[in-house]
Amino acid sequence: MNTDTIAAISTGLSPAGIGIVRMSGDLSFSIIEKIFKKDVHKFNVSKVDSHTVHYGHIVDNNEIIDEVMVLILKAPKTFTKENVVEINCHGGIFLLKRILELVLKCGARMAEPGEFTKRAFLNGRLDLAQAESVMDLIHSKNEFARRSSIAQLNGKLSKQMKSIRQTILHEMAFIESALDDPEHISLDHYPEELFLKIETLIQQLELLILSSENGRLLKDGIQTVIVGKPNVGKSSFLNVLLGQERAIVTDIAGTTRDSIEEQIQINGITLNVIDTAGIRKTEDIIEQIGVKKSKEYVESADLILYMIDGSRPLDENDHDIIQMIHDKKVIVLVNKSDLEQTIQLGSLFEILDYPIISLSAKDYIGFDDFELKLKELFFQGELNIDDEYMITNIRHKEALTDALISLKQVKISIENQMPEDFFTIDLMSAFDSIGEITGDSVGDDLVKEIFSKFCTGK
Amino acid sequence: MPFLEENYDVCVIGAGHAGCEAALSSARLGMRTIMFTVTIEGIALMPCNPNIGGSSKGHLVREVDALGGEMGKIIDQTFIQSKMLNRSKGPAVHSLRAQADKSAYTQAMTQVLEHTDHLTIRRGEVVEILAENGNVTGVRTYSGAVYHAKAVILATGTYLKSRCLYGDVIEYTGPNGLQSANYLSDSLKNLGIELYRFKTGTPARIDSRSIHYDQMEEQLGDEEIIPFSFSSNREEIQKEQISCWLTYTNEKTHSIIRNNLDRSPLYSGMIEGTGPRYCPSIEDKVVRFADKERHQVFIEPEGLHTTEMYVGGMSSSLPEDVQYEMYRSVKGLEDAVIIRNAYAIEYDCINPNQLNPTLEFKKLKGLYSCGQFNGSSGYEEAACQGLVAGINAARRIKGEEEFILDRSEAYTGVLIDDLVTKENREPYRMMTSRAEYRLLLRQDNADLRLTKRGFEVGLISQERFDALCKKEQLIQEEVERVSKVNVGANPAVQQFLTSHQSTPLKTGTSLAELIRRPELSYQLLEDIDPDRPKLDIEVQEQIDIQVKYDGYIQRQMKQVQDFKKMEARKLPQNFDYSVVGSLRLEAIQKLNQFQPISIGHASRLSGVSPADITVLVVYMEQYYRKDQ
Repeated sequence: MNTDTIAAISTGLSPAGIGIVRMSGDLSFSIIEKIFKKDVHKFNVSKVDSHTVHYGHIVDNNEIIDEVMVLILKAPKTFTKENVVEINCHGGIFLLKRILELVLKCGARMAEPGEFTKRAFLNGRLDLAQAESVMDLIHSKNEFARRSSIAQLNGKLSKQMKSIRQTILHEMAFIESALDDPEHISLDHYPEELFLKIETLIQQLELLILSSENGRLLKDGIQTVIVGKPNVGKSSFLNVLLGQERAIVTDIAGTTRDSIEEQIQINGITLNVIDTAGIRKTEDIIEQIGVKKSKEYVESADLILYMIDGSRPLDENDHDIIQMIHDKKVIVLVNKSDLEQTIQLGSLFEILDYPIISLSAKDYIGFDDFELKLKELFFQGELNIDDEYMITNIRHKEALTDALISLKQVKISIENQMPEDFFTIDLMSAFDSIGEITGDSVGDDLVKEIFSKFCTGK
Repeated sequence: MPFLEENYDVCVIGAGHAGCEAALSSARLGMRTIMFTVTIEGIALMPCNPNIGGSSKGHLVREVDALGGEMGKIIDQTFIQSKMLNRSKGPAVHSLRAQADKSAYTQAMTQVLEHTDHLTIRRGEVVEILAENGNVTGVRTYSGAVYHAKAVILATGTYLKSRCLYGDVIEYTGPNGLQSANYLSDSLKNLGIELYRFKTGTPARIDSRSIHYDQMEEQLGDEEIIPFSFSSNREEIQKEQISCWLTYTNEKTHSIIRNNLDRSPLYSGMIEGTGPRYCPSIEDKVVRFADKERHQVFIEPEGLHTTEMYVGGMSSSLPEDVQYEMYRSVKGLEDAVIIRNAYAIEYDCINPNQLNPTLEFKKLKGLYSCGQFNGSSGYEEAACQGLVAGINAARRIKGEEEFILDRSEAYTGVLIDDLVTKENREPYRMMTSRAEYRLLLRQDNADLRLTKRGFEVGLISQERFDALCKKEQLIQEEVERVSKVNVGANPAVQQFLTSHQSTPLKTGTSLAELIRRPELSYQLLEDIDPDRPKLDIEVQEQIDIQVKYDGYIQRQMKQVQDFKKMEARKLPQNFDYSVVGSLRLEAIQKLNQFQPISIGHASRLSGVSPADITVLVVYMEQYYRKDQ
């Protein structure tokens, strides 16, 4: 091995009972021998087994820094396939930093973000998809993204990709062998057979790509925009979700002139909510800018929450809004159900082909219904991904989409009764695209991706 | 002291299909060249099948021709039947095959050699390669004569320490009972060259007068003969053709073979060499395809002026008595009289992994190797290697850049890359499946792919080069025209479409769109395309293929682009890969041994996994960045 030794605080930088400083690399053991004392005796790593825990003290110039448990992990059966030491010390930012500094002073180098994973990947411990999932795991924003990343880390994605690839390879090999040995291998009725197999693969890929949409929404959150006329209660609604008063709420129409973005967790689903200025025809220039901006937000949103004041009739401003959001995913919120309603829900259903929820932001009514509709709209009502994984990585999604396009092209070739040797061109492309997910086919695009993910800053 | 010393630029050892192309290209590039052969009668000999070309091999012949080699021209002069194979499949696998008049072929090639400037033919057995300080300096013959040379090309085919076997009989000869060469192997070993022992085989030749052709299916040649050489005139080569004949083995044949397997030297363990999986003996076929009730047997003439008939598909090393029984069990061969019996032949060849893609030995500068001696099989595989070795030997002497074809340029490139890169423990036969980008590497466009390269090298005349440029231009202009010209849905067009079982038009469309319909072609559309220029049939064919398969061609070109990018990621030479810590041990060994020229090249080495490649890519990026 010819790598330098990296170290980092592996636990979060907030006060806690226990913290971990981790090292990986050639010097890990000699460093720990320098700074770790077991009952005042010198610690000798060569005399202990791998994967063992040792109680003792971290010492700097005879000064005891902390009482710790040290975990010795000898290469190659470690996360990075290098020699690894984990120092379990007491939590506390100052203490953790002090121990890290000591380790660095003894010859380790501060690890870059994700560098342990990078080493695990480069040393062949993780395949590319797994390494990426660790990166995703570290950055996961919520429970579902975390679970999905863990499933990928366990190799579920890689396993399925390898199996799809194997199927494609098998078909290519069959066509090739028939081309080479037509006397002994016949292609009669083969196109029909291949057609069915390709259909099955296409279904698998389509499901995965579909899941990637959910995957993205789960991982990054649903871009949500609240629209509605001024003073229908948009900010109040947002504040209820946030559980705190952040948007300025007054009874004067047009109070929210700028747009406010908030991240809201609703039972694991993340909404990135933008509360917009109320939309109405106005002479106020600043308000006009706000309205224009709202329209831009609507364009790029995954979800529109269109809020109506149930105590006031719809007017031409509402018609403008309805026009603006006509091709989006929308939930209509009829607010102020606590007041006397001038709008009948029944008549709303006739003009708005969206889920409609009656609620009162003031009295916290209708929020359960909102959550239910949210899941229906985005996750087909189900959000149980314990045994499933979702494609959360854009690179994976692109590769799957490329593979899907290639397989569909094979179908077209079969339908057009092209000679069999044409099938292999697109089968080969599909094979390569899928191989890019696991790193089994190393194309130039993948090389660039690896650089950007694992080689930045060096 | 040697009694005779002569100076040459290039010395070619062997005068088979590799040796001939090597000697011709070297001499034509101005090198003083001497070609040794153990028998003058063995020049350009076809000791096995009497044909040139065939699936994927036809591509190689076309490529040799496009680069300025000789094989295509010679077969165009001496063929007795010609056929474009796989016409029912896509254009990528169409392949030309011609039956040759063997003795006419040999004579025609000998004549060309005899009339080539700078080229000397010499009968003699080379017994030693002379070298100093890692550079080749010449050769010594059996008689003790020394010939100094700046480059030496090994093209010994199946002659080194060869022995022919059938049953328990061993004849210590080369093919066809010709003299073998028994000393050179040791000289090569002394130079540190690793040798393999391969075997191949040939079927019996049967007297035509003893064959009942009325029991067999006649195999005719094509009505319109297509030449191999791009410089041959299509009209001039049309001629009366000789038929081949198809019959089949049967259960009786198979049981005769099975009952006598123990007497086959292959199965008794007498043969040490490894045989070709893709050109199996009849014994192999019966064992390997045990469920097949019959195998094809092609009866092919060996020439116009001989009664010898080649029994294609039934090569064997069974004893003579079993051979009689076996052949005579085949329908139509009941009274067969054997003129030459079938035999297996064993010979020394090299592990071609020792070569650079220029076919020069990595360890010994100026020593080149080509043909069957590199572990390939087949006349065509030999010829294209001979051409590449000859060109590179000449360019090395002249101090010019190496001549390498890559996998996206030619079957020749695929063949050589496979030989020098992959583990190869049996005679290597070219096959369409070995070429990843075969839709681009068609036999019909070999000139468009390679003739410019041939011109740059100096083997293609100005006249031929100009003709190629003209052809390219005509194709391009016409492809553009058919994409632009619109066809209206008028009655004449609709009637034309209906008469060709093609759906009538709803609105106007381009000619190109109509060409893409499976049931139509550029040629057919002539009826509704009054303004088209008059073009040669070869040009029309290119337009049809380029337009018809445009989408597929584009997608394959994208694959080639990706391939080229990985080839362009160069690796340093004489590099010690053990410094790349995370590589697996096996990968380090392979990389150190091969010293691949690029990441793409490294990725094709057996024993180097995709994970190793990612490691290498990351390491090299950092390596080069540090350099800057």
